[in-house]
Amino acid sequence: MSATGGRDAILGSIRRSLGRGPLDEAARAALDERLAKPQPNLVPARTDIPQDERVELFTSMAEAVFATVDRVSGADAVPGAVADYLAQHNLPPALVMAPDPALDAYPWGERPMLAIRRGRAEEADRVGVTGAVMGFAETGTLMMTSGPDHPSSLNFLPETHIVVLPAERIGGAYEEGWAHLRAEGGADADGGFMPRTVNLVTGPSRTADIEQTITLGAHGPRRLHIVIVEGDES
Amino acid sequence: MDATSRSFVANARAGLQDADLQTSLARFQGGFQVKRVEAAKRLPEFEALRDEARAIKDHTLAHLDHYLERYEEQVTAAGGTVHWCQTPEDARQVILSLCQEADARTVTKSKSMIAEEMELNPFLEEHGIEPVETDLGEYVVQLAEERPSHIIAPAVHKTKDQVADLFHEKHTPLGRTRRLDRVEELVEEAREVLRPRYLAADVGITGANFLIAETGSSTIVTNEGNGDLTQILPRAPIVIATLEKVVPTLEDATTIMRVLARSATGQEFSTYTTVSTGPRRPDDADGPEAYHVVLLDNGRSRMLGSEFREVLRCIKCGACMNHCPVYGTVGGHAYGWVYPGPVGAVLTPNLIGLEEARHLPNASSFCGRCEEVCPMRIPLPGLMRKLREQEFERRLSPAAVRSGIGVWAWLARRPALYRCLTGLGIRVLGMLGRRRGRFTRLPLAGGWTAARDLPAPEGATFHALWRKGRRA
Amino acid sequence: MPATPRRVGLFVTCLVDLFRPTVGFAAVALLERAGCEVVVPRAQVCCGQPAYNSGDRADTKAIARNVIDAFEPFDATVAPSGSCAGMIKRHYPALFAGDPVWEPRAQRLAARSFELVSFLTDECGVESVDARHEGTVTYHDSCSSLRELGVRAQPRRLLQSVDGLELNELAAPDVCCGFGGTFCVKYPDISGRMVADKAKDIAATGADTVLAGDMGCLLNIAGRLSREGSDVKARHVAEVLAGMADRPAIGAPARGR
Repeated sequence: MSATGGRDAILGSIRRSLGRGPLDEAARAALDERLAKPQPNLVPARTDIPQDERVELFTSMAEAVFATVDRVSGADAVPGAVADYLAQHNLPPALVMAPDPALDAYPWGERPMLAIRRGRAEEADRVGVTGAVMGFAETGTLMMTSGPDHPSSLNFLPETHIVVLPAERIGGAYEEGWAHLRAEGGADADGGFMPRTVNLVTGPSRTADIEQTITLGAHGPRRLHIVIVEGDES
Repeated sequence: MDATSRSFVANARAGLQDADLQTSLARFQGGFQVKRVEAAKRLPEFEALRDEARAIKDHTLAHLDHYLERYEEQVTAAGGTVHWCQTPEDARQVILSLCQEADARTVTKSKSMIAEEMELNPFLEEHGIEPVETDLGEYVVQLAEERPSHIIAPAVHKTKDQVADLFHEKHTPLGRTRRLDRVEELVEEAREVLRPRYLAADVGITGANFLIAETGSSTIVTNEGNGDLTQILPRAPIVIATLEKVVPTLEDATTIMRVLARSATGQEFSTYTTVSTGPRRPDDADGPEAYHVVLLDNGRSRMLGSEFREVLRCIKCGACMNHCPVYGTVGGHAYGWVYPGPVGAVLTPNLIGLEEARHLPNASSFCGRCEEVCPMRIPLPGLMRKLREQEFERRLSPAAVRSGIGVWAWLARRPALYRCLTGLGIRVLGMLGRRRGRFTRLPLAGGWTAARDLPAPEGATFHALWRKGRRA
Repeated sequence: MPATPRRVGLFVTCLVDLFRPTVGFAAVALLERAGCEVVVPRAQVCCGQPAYNSGDRADTKAIARNVIDAFEPFDATVAPSGSCAGMIKRHYPALFAGDPVWEPRAQRLAARSFELVSFLTDECGVESVDARHEGTVTYHDSCSSLRELGVRAQPRRLLQSVDGLELNELAAPDVCCGFGGTFCVKYPDISGRMVADKAKDIAATGADTVLAGDMGCLLNIAGRLSREGSDVKARHVAEVLAGMADRPAIGAPARGR
């Protein structure tokens, strides 16, 4: 069976079921307008709050799903916060970091004990450090996008995932993320603004498949640690 | 898969007598129900979001042809390919040729009900390709050579001890000889066993919670992260989805996501929601080299034109089975095919035939909890009743039921005659039952008295007493 | 407070007619005390659910037309059952959808049809009853009352006004008892398990009586309690509200013990 055969047969069957032929120009134009100018539907009011309260809400929502959150002041504090976290959890001071210029701007050199490799995650990597495009206070969710500066494997392979997130990147609802991607992608109407992978991450990996017992670290990271940086202009 | 829906009654009896199953069922429903209520309470807009979610799907279904065409255009623009498949067989052939092109020996899979529908695992095995299920519950079910009993919690029918025995048996050849006791240890062992499988897999097959027409993206929602490892590590990921998974925009998908996890597990949001668009970009640091979508119809386009269109709004959250008292007593396997519970009672007869599955829409007390909790407001009892009407019209229901209803309905339209006969019958029953107040056995009432006594009637009908002018 | 309808047609329901006339008399008493004139149309048998839920639409419609004919003249139609009231109120209009004659008639009747207890509270403004009942009771919500008609608070509110009565809630008052009309005889294994679970829940409340607003549930529950040798009595809520709970309970011997 040819691919177009299946396509035409399915579309024909859909139209028969809808009791009509292909849509006319006007109808198509109306639907395409809906696609070209996507409008938010009802957005929950819980994030209609000032920015500092959004950071608080983000923190409490993330903690509720077993992420840990550290709030530090100034970019200079980031390497220390990461090193301290690793020490507290008896993790080796070795990490793989996203090749992200924003992360490079932190003074990692002040922590010479940290062995940092930049690139995608490999099987043996135990700790990954990445940034995030945004955080959503709505549910304590991080948005990360694939690209040269952010291999998606870093979000899933290492058992500890540390995310460095400037506080001003914390927004309210997920819709703000889509608007941000459309703006950044410079796209006017088509879907070309989408990175290959957009990950919305809410807490560490978990499963409840055995007796509904919530267990962390099913396949993805066991630990998700978020370092929120206040006063970071990156 | 071979449906056993015809033997629903026997399946159900087996389920009722399975002590491990009963232990598991008793545990799981309560937890999910409480968590859903709490999640809904925390979101004042929850009910309004359900309305919007329903409206989005209704709009999409009414323009399904257009949105699928736009979706395909965007997939193509992003460098991916959509394969339109009318039947499971078409889909299997496409998947096989994609696997063969990738020279695949093992395929990782993230839980997909569509794969169950197309019986993908046995098919791949027949062709020398090893499918590896990665969702923990689905992995358990695969090891046990069983089928999922729930659409989001495939191994909900198993106790921890059963999983422990299973892992002990199946993992011993891998050098893991200790029988584990704690849930965390079992999860850890599955993680360790599956990790190399992800890394070695040539092809990764995932389902899709949404297809997005605006961007040509597919979206998966998981808690474990298995879906992501399945689709970013292998060279060639394949997304399998049915037609009705498409929604217009990212915003539309977002609205439905807000009711999905809350209805399913009571989570505010699932751990991982991933939107994938095409293969890796030239300067991407990692990601798959190709992107294929197998778009399966298998009866959906036909259902679109039937009185069952509304069930196509289903987002496979499982809330209906989490709240169904029948599912809660017999378990998912009793339903005998891919989709158990209330939504299965509507989907299964539509997909494999009412002759095969006529029990499913009948095995409901119409208590209405499924409709009450369905985030997409699918009128499941009403749709089951429509199936019963089809059954009646097509004379598939048992002759005894048909003639019984016929006689009763004939009488029910003749009040005087009905009064006369029932008045007499009730007097007799009343006298016979007067002393004990109940019957433990009664001719023609075996269905009733198998599990309970029949309370004796008071002895005269209300209408007879009322006509005599007796007042309280 | 809404104006009290003057003339109420009592839809007795077939199970009350056959098994428990006491409930019919309790309903009449409660309605009259609420200021209604009660009429019992003779041309009534059943609302049609057994046919409707068996997929027999033609017979259901024939039965429904009889009910509509019989009850159209009244200001309100009231049934001591959420299931039958729900059938008339929610399903008759759908049954006749698109029928130029019968759909409007079905809708008019639906708008004026009520389950007994919610009719008393919501339409007649009854806030308390003059009744006494010594003992602890529990209350099972019938699925149709709860989910088709939204009846939940009303019976509890009136029960609280009964002197001497204490209400202990079930752990799962909103879970089906397994009756489900023809379901209980078509799938006795499943229905049997469901009602056994319900009986367990009832026992755990420590109540001496279980009340409900639907005879279907009550026959099922009473039959199960009796099968288990339980001492818990089963009664229609109207019996207690009307002060008529001095008769033998459902499934109890006719004269004492």
